[in-house]
Formats: sequence, C-alpha cells, structure tokens
Amino acid sequence: MKIAFTSEGKTWESKIDPRFGRAEYILIYNQEKDTLSVIDNSEVTKQAHGAGPSTAQKLFEIKPDVLITGNGPGNNAAMVLKKLNLKLFVNAHNSTVKEAYEKYKNNLLEEMPF
Amino acid sequence: MKKIKEIVVLSGKGGTGKTSVAASFALIAGKDAIIADCDVDAANMHLVLKPNFAHSQVYCGGDVAVLNQDSCTLCGKCKEVCRFGAVDFSNGRYTIKDLDCEGCGYCSHVCPSGAITMVERKSGDLFISHIKNGSQMVHAKLSPGAENSGKLVAQVKTNAGRIAGEVGCEYVIADGAPGIGCPVASSLSGASLAVMVTEPTKSALHDLKRVLTVAKRFNVRPLCIINKYNINSDQTAVIKEFIEKEGITHLADIPFDSSFVKAMGQAKSIIEVDSKMKALLEETWGKVKEIAQTV
Amino acid sequence: MNSSKSCIKLAIASGKGGTGKTLLSTNLAALIAESQNVLLVDLDVEEPNDSIFFQGKLKAVLPQHKMIPEWDSEKCTLCGLCAKVCNFGAVVDLGTSISITPPLCHNCYACSELCPVDALPMVESHMGDINLFDNGKLTLLEGRLNTNEEHSVPLIEKVHKEVEKNYSHIKYQIFDSPPGTSCPVVAATSKCHYVILVTEPTPFGLNDLVMAVEMLKVYDKPMGVIINRDGAGNEKIEEFCEKEGVDMLGKIPYDMEIARAYSRGELLLGNGSYKAIISNIFNAIEKLHL
Repeated sequence: MKIAFTSEGKTWESKIDPRFGRAEYILIYNQEKDTLSVIDNSEVTKQAHGAGPSTAQKLFEIKPDVLITGNGPGNNAAMVLKKLNLKLFVNAHNSTVKEAYEKYKNNLLEEMPF
Repeated sequence: MKKIKEIVVLSGKGGTGKTSVAASFALIAGKDAIIADCDVDAANMHLVLKPNFAHSQVYCGGDVAVLNQDSCTLCGKCKEVCRFGAVDFSNGRYTIKDLDCEGCGYCSHVCPSGAITMVERKSGDLFISHIKNGSQMVHAKLSPGAENSGKLVAQVKTNAGRIAGEVGCEYVIADGAPGIGCPVASSLSGASLAVMVTEPTKSALHDLKRVLTVAKRFNVRPLCIINKYNINSDQTAVIKEFIEKEGITHLADIPFDSSFVKAMGQAKSIIEVDSKMKALLEETWGKVKEIAQTV
Repeated sequence: MNSSKSCIKLAIASGKGGTGKTLLSTNLAALIAESQNVLLVDLDVEEPNDSIFFQGKLKAVLPQHKMIPEWDSEKCTLCGLCAKVCNFGAVVDLGTSISITPPLCHNCYACSELCPVDALPMVESHMGDINLFDNGKLTLLEGRLNTNEEHSVPLIEKVHKEVEKNYSHIKYQIFDSPPGTSCPVVAATSKCHYVILVTEPTPFGLNDLVMAVEMLKVYDKPMGVIINRDGAGNEKIEEFCEKEGVDMLGKIPYDMEIARAYSRGELLLGNGSYKAIISNIFNAIEKLHL
C-alpha cells in the first residue's frame, strides 16, 4: 500500500504541509518496500492558478491508496482526486510526517469523504 | 512541536470592517504576530501599520506572450487563434497587446517560426516590512490591472510563516482576500482559524454564507464578529440566528459610532482612538487566542 | 465627446468594496427614472445587490454560457498534448483519462483546437444568468455568476453584449461595476463613456482612489469622483482630483440615517434633502455633456 503525505520537507521529520495544491513536497511511503520517496512540487507552487488539479495530477502517476494532509484539497483538486478512489485524511498538520503516519496506523486521523 | 497559528480574517465582500479588525488584532498582538496582508486588491493595512518597505521582491503571476519581430514570418496564425484580441496587425507587422494578453500560450504553440515565447509577467511587488508596533508585515502591491491570485496569497502567507518561525512568534494574522475565488481558497488553505467579519445588511449575510462554504471545504473553524451591529437590529438578529444554527462561535458585536470615522480620518486603527473599542477588541483577540490553542 | 451617440454609458466604480457604489447606482437610476427611461446594469456579478433596492418584477432569466472543452473518451488517444498546452491547470492528464476543471478554464480553445483527433470539442457550459427586472421607466439588468465560477469577465462581457443588442435606445445607462482594480473592473468599465469613482474622504479612500485612477489612466478613461460619507475626514481628495484632471461631481454627506436606510434595502429619494443631493449629482453629470 502507498501512503501520500503533503509535506514541508523531504524526510520523516518534516512537518505536514496543511495545504494540498501548494504543498512544497509530496512524500510517498511504500509500506511493502518500506521506502519513502519524495516528489518536489515546487513547479506547481509557481502556478498562478489551478495548483490543486496539477498537484492531483502528480498523485495520479503514483496512485497512492491513502492521502494524509492538513486543511484538505479545495473543490477543484477534490474533483480530480475523486477519480483516484483514495482515502483522504485531514487535519494532520500539527505533526511531522512520522507522527502523522503513527496517528494514521492507530486510527487517530479524521477521514474526509469526497 | 510548537505550531504557528494562522488566523485569517475574512468577510466575503469589502466594506464590512475586515481590515479594521485585522489591523486592530495586529496592534494588540504586537510582537506575538506577523501580519500577512492577502487583500492585495485593496491593500489598506499598510496605512495603519506603517510598514517601512524594507525588502522587496518582484512578483510574477501568469505569463505574457512576447513576439520576436526578427523571426516573425507574418503568417498571421497567432492573430487567428487568439480569443482575446491581443494580437494587433498594423504597419505591416504583428504585435502583442500586453494588457489584453490572457497568457494562455495558444499563439506560441501555433507559431511556425518559434517567434513567440511565453515569459513570466511582472504583476507586482512583494514587501517584507517592519511596522510601527515593532513586529513585521508581509504585503504586496499589484501592477495596475493585474489580479490577485492563489499564488500571491500563498507567497505572502509563506513568507509570514517563515518569519514567524525565525523570530519565534506564535501567530500569523492574515487579512484575507475578498470574494470566493482562488485567492480566498488560498487564504484559507493552511489557516488555523477563520474570523468572519460581517455586518447587518442583506448583502453581507449573503456574502458570509458563500465564504463559509469555502471555509468548510478547508476544514477551517469559523468564528464570527458582527460589525456595526447597531445600524440594523432586525438584520443583526437574523445574522445571530444564522450563525447559531450553523454552530459558529460568535466572538463579538462591534458598535458603529463616530470614533470609527475619527480613526479612519486619521489612518488609525479604531483601538488607537477609543478606549472602549480597545477593551472590546482586546477581549476578542483573547478569545481568538484561547480557541486557537484548541485547534 | 462624440455627440452623435444615442446613449450615455456611465460606469460607477471604486477601488474597493463598501464605498457606496450600489448606493449611488440605485439612487441615481431611480432619480433619472422619475423623468425618463433609464437602464441600470449590475455588473458586480459575483455579488449583485442592486435588485434588493427595487420591487420590480423579474421579467426574464437569460441563461448565459461559456465555451469549455469536453473530453471524448472514444476519440482520445491519450497523447497528453491538451494538458501540456493548458496554462491554467484546467486540463490535466491522468494517464488513463483526461480531467477538466471548468472553473479554471479561460476559454482560450488551445486544448480543443490543438488536439490532433478532435477529442476535446468546445461545448456550452452554464456560467450564470442575466436577470431582467421591469420597474416602470427603470429597467434593471443583473448579471449573476454561478458560485462555483472563478472568472467573472466572460459574464460581464455577455451583459455588455445584451445591452448593446437590446437597449441602445435608452439614453442613460448606469453600470454598477465590481470593486477592485483588476480585470473584472476593466471589463466592466471598458464599454462605458465615463467612469464615476465613489470614494471616502479618508486616507483609506484616497489610497484606493489613487489605485483606481492609476488603473483607468492606463485605459484612457475620462472619469469623475463622488465623495461619499463627506465629513468623515478631511483627506485631500479634491486636491488629488484637480492635480490628476479628474472631475469632482459631488458629495454625499456622512449620515447614520443613510447607512440605516441602505442596510434595510431602501432608497433615499423619499427624503427631500437626500433627493436633492442625488439631483445635484445628476445635474453635474449632465453638465459634462457626454
């Protein structure tokens, strides 16, 4: 299973970025392989408009099963993400990526329906 | 881990006192808060907070087409495809009208000689300033006719958050963008709390409802201040009923009186000219801080 | 100004919201309607409010459409060119499908016309309505944008077209414009002969006025200023107008009763002294010989 996090940095110790579309990085944890990979999203943050769908597009290349973020995606991003059939967990932004993952494993995160 | 709390002040539409409230909070919070002025279309915070424009950087929002006359073959394809009337043909040559160019790039894709390139358009300047209460503020000035964007709001807020982290202050107070489009979404994304400033007019309630749907989308807890509550008590009752039904925390009722006018005339915040208002807004900011600790 | 034109288009604008655009537009239109036909056009399409002030009948709702691309999965070869050419993030390539986000579309047609297999035809998409209210001599046209739309300019342009097509016989046409100094204001004021800026005599009002004048000068618009809430401060609005060659058209006093009437959705003309204020403004406009 693959879990995506919106993150302010590139490591487990980085803070969860509360934003989806303009998140600095997307981190992908592959549970089977136990690897953490980094997607640099800085190109998208330079877009004046439409950051949400563009970030969602990046997730389509990865096809994660779970997305853990902060405030949650906006309407435009949500429209795209819906097609990915992933589980969306929000309000994880007072934690590091590692802490958020622990919370997720212990069912402490809030799932948001599309 | 200590988290910086971002408080965004919103209203939906101008004229409800959003900026007044945000500026009052800024002065009360002093060095506890970095200020982010995201209302760049009608940036007014700087008049009250007196920034020194210490650092500036160019802000680019969107693209603009640039035509290189030397490689232009005069085929006219660019003019044919432009839906915005931005390509002009006169005196035997094609030119791009900057102001009309939407930045879509269609012309650059059809140009057979590669004479058109898309370049970032300078849309304004972003400033990081020291302000009169000893704290710092991030603000922007748009070029005439340029528009605010989610990107600009994000840049203003990111800079404010970074400075807050560097100087170790706990809050970012953001004067949010008006309306309901992309800049508002960007104002709310990343916020801890949204303070909605409304007034007892029919149009303000309508605007409040619209901006609340955006706040809900982003899981940002809304709080509400009714400004000028005494100009229409019937409509104030309607608003109160609405926010109670929606489960929104009602923070304060601010009366409209002549001290507002006095403050505006002197480019001051209401709390600088009226001690009662000062006490009321200090109490309100106290409530905001208390609630911020719980989110 | 060209004296042969049949109508006078006046835009009412301001650097920011809440200065009294709607107050002036509605009262000025109602005053003119006492003696002749007048057209009031609400171009603040994100938050149209003029209709609150009139009890007129809603006579027609004209649905307005913009053209957006629609993905044809049968024809599409998933080459991804459409997503590459879209500069607004409205078309994204999801690998096995193409996703379109209509509110982000700027209607440039690039994705549609550059598609090698015509898999993205442009289709009509409802973006809002033009509502027509009949109020005797006063005709109100209201542009109302759907709440999920992000771009108001296409609808503003449609309203202008509707006015040109069906209402050019009405001499006085008042366009209540959106607030701010960005594209929607340019779109709203571009077809008008004259722009009236409503401001307040405070440093805030002056700041917004300076920005609005700066923007309109880029487009070479003749303009004038109305000071609302006069007496609220002593900022040098008049000095600024003189320096910039902007006409001073009148003042509306600072008065709690005006604010109260406005909050109740009422016009000011029932009160003789308020009516005189609006009349003076109209006289000043007539003297411009537009």
